[in-house]
Amino acid sequence: MSVPNRPRRSLLGWESTILALVVVALLMGSALHDAFLTGPNLSNLTSNLVEIALIALTMTLVVIAAEIDLSVASIVGMCSALLGVLWAAQVPMPLAILATLTLGALAGFLNGWLVTRLGLPSLAVTIGTLALYRGLAYALLGDRAVADFPPFWTNLGFGLVPGTQIPIPAVAFVLLAIITAVVLHATPFGRSLYAIGANEVAARFAGLRVERTKLLLFILSGLMSAFAAVIYTFRFSSARADNAAGLELAVIAAVLLGGVSIFGGRGSVIGVIAAVFLIGIIQNALTLADVPNEILTIVTGLLLILSVLGPNLAARFKTARQQRLNTQPQGGTL
Amino acid sequence: MTGLSTPGTASTPPPNLLSRLFRAREASLILILLALVAMTTAINPRFLTPQSMRDLALNVAIIGLVVVGQTLVLLMKHVDLSVSSTLGLTAFLTGSLFVANPSMPIGLAFVAGVGIGALLGAVNGLLVAYGKVPALVATLGTLYVFRGVDYAVVQGGQITASNLPAAFSSFASSSVLGVPSLVLLVLVVMALFSIYLRSYRAGREYYAVGSNVEAASLAGINVSRRVMTGFILSGAIAGLAGVLYLARYGTVDAAAGTGLELQVIAAAVVGGVAITGGVGTIAGAGIGALLLGVIGSALVALRAPAFWQQAIQGALLLLAISIDIVVARRAARVMQERSHR
Repeated sequence: MSVPNRPRRSLLGWESTILALVVVALLMGSALHDAFLTGPNLSNLTSNLVEIALIALTMTLVVIAAEIDLSVASIVGMCSALLGVLWAAQVPMPLAILATLTLGALAGFLNGWLVTRLGLPSLAVTIGTLALYRGLAYALLGDRAVADFPPFWTNLGFGLVPGTQIPIPAVAFVLLAIITAVVLHATPFGRSLYAIGANEVAARFAGLRVERTKLLLFILSGLMSAFAAVIYTFRFSSARADNAAGLELAVIAAVLLGGVSIFGGRGSVIGVIAAVFLIGIIQNALTLADVPNEILTIVTGLLLILSVLGPNLAARFKTARQQRLNTQPQGGTL
Repeated sequence: MTGLSTPGTASTPPPNLLSRLFRAREASLILILLALVAMTTAINPRFLTPQSMRDLALNVAIIGLVVVGQTLVLLMKHVDLSVSSTLGLTAFLTGSLFVANPSMPIGLAFVAGVGIGALLGAVNGLLVAYGKVPALVATLGTLYVFRGVDYAVVQGGQITASNLPAAFSSFASSSVLGVPSLVLLVLVVMALFSIYLRSYRAGREYYAVGSNVEAASLAGINVSRRVMTGFILSGAIAGLAGVLYLARYGTVDAAAGTGLELQVIAAAVVGGVAITGGVGTIAGAGIGALLLGVIGSALVALRAPAFWQQAIQGALLLLAISIDIVVARRAARVMQERSHR
């Protein structure tokens, strides 16, 4: 899905734009409704975002390396189903969680193997595994739901850090976000992702192990989806095969809105986190203001389109003006 | 929806090795199809009754139709994720037209559906061709926007068969010489677009743009206009599919068609349309849709455990994609060896 001449846009510029938009959204939210800027509401807002935010972290890495993983939501469903089945079979919870995380990593490994070994496009592979993993979720759990999780564990899903309004999963997210940001922006591995995404052939000639790196990225994406599945299951205290259905598009929307180029090679963790929160804040504020749900869907779509269209149009006007200025002195006709 | 009768099986005019292999690919898909049908019928003879064939054809027809538009877009190395929302929105809007004017001629409903679809497709086309927004981003955005508009228009209501004129609903159940008219209509659209892609300059341009956009541009092809046209056609076809969806199911709410986009892309990919652009035929894509449909109903006929069916379908989809790339690689290698000689 490539368009050759992608316009340059300053990454820093986009990040400050989206951070500014977050501030504007916060101000608008507090103007729209008194309950917006309260601890419980912000806590609730964050809780609702946590799975999308977590998966968006690894999706950022995957998309920067010019690949995509559409199977993430199906991995959540499959892993949630496994957790439920194991718990219903009276497997001790720590062991069940370990098995769930392993399944996620294996699912990611299969994606990565098909992409790197068979050289298949990740879009096609992960559309296939999107169907496969969701199917396996139903094979595991059918249309049953496992709901009798012990309070200790469900509390980890929807509980707050004692004495604060901070949801416990948010703490895990902050830690993982810091790790991801450091890995992406301050390690050779992270820089190699940009190189691979920008020009894979050149990266290979420069001695980067492209296949191994991509395999690792898909495993990480599967592992993170499994982790999100554990949180999702405990947060709603319900393991169901259709958990998180359709979440993949929300994650990808957030990553693209965050300034990551769909062609790879560009993007940052900060931008993506800001985008996740921007979407969450707008949806929360509009919900508080009784704006109907359908408007939220439209706003999300428009934001996504405008985030790319805006800079493109700005770049086009700029070059057009420069061309006019350049050609005027000669009076040439071009 | 057999795909056998539609022209355009070979993708390139000279019968070189590559085109022979692609023809072999469609032939092998048909062989798999026949083997699957034969095996299923042997185990469960009721699989091949006229009634079940009819149901199968009707089920595949709408996906098969949307795949036609998707193929045009995929050939140019773009993608249209918004087709499911376009289908849902046009189905509801066309239904509302009937509610507002119960005496509206049926032909007008088709015109309206196709027109609304084309308009929605034009939005995608403008964004991709002139706004230079990557198709994946643009159509993911419009997937949300069109669905949001759909929800806003529907407002929790729904169209039911009782809102529709009897002549319109009976179109979906009528048949000509035993073939449902709905299926015939889809076959006609497939045949027309097959001819368009194979024998017209404009049709060949889709392949050129997808194979090498710079070369196409240097060869004098107006790439932006071609991309724009492709998205408008994809939208118009999804709009037509919306009208057919309304006729077939009668009941349409705001969620109609949700998730269809991935089935459509899967059918195209199984049918040999490369998502990397430049390769594929309408016939292949149609056979892909048919194959997925047959697998689905064969699993039911074989009494595969209900909850395993989707997993098996997913695994078969992966298998088809993998075989596709292996065949394509072998073709490339043979070509290379020949050029070295």
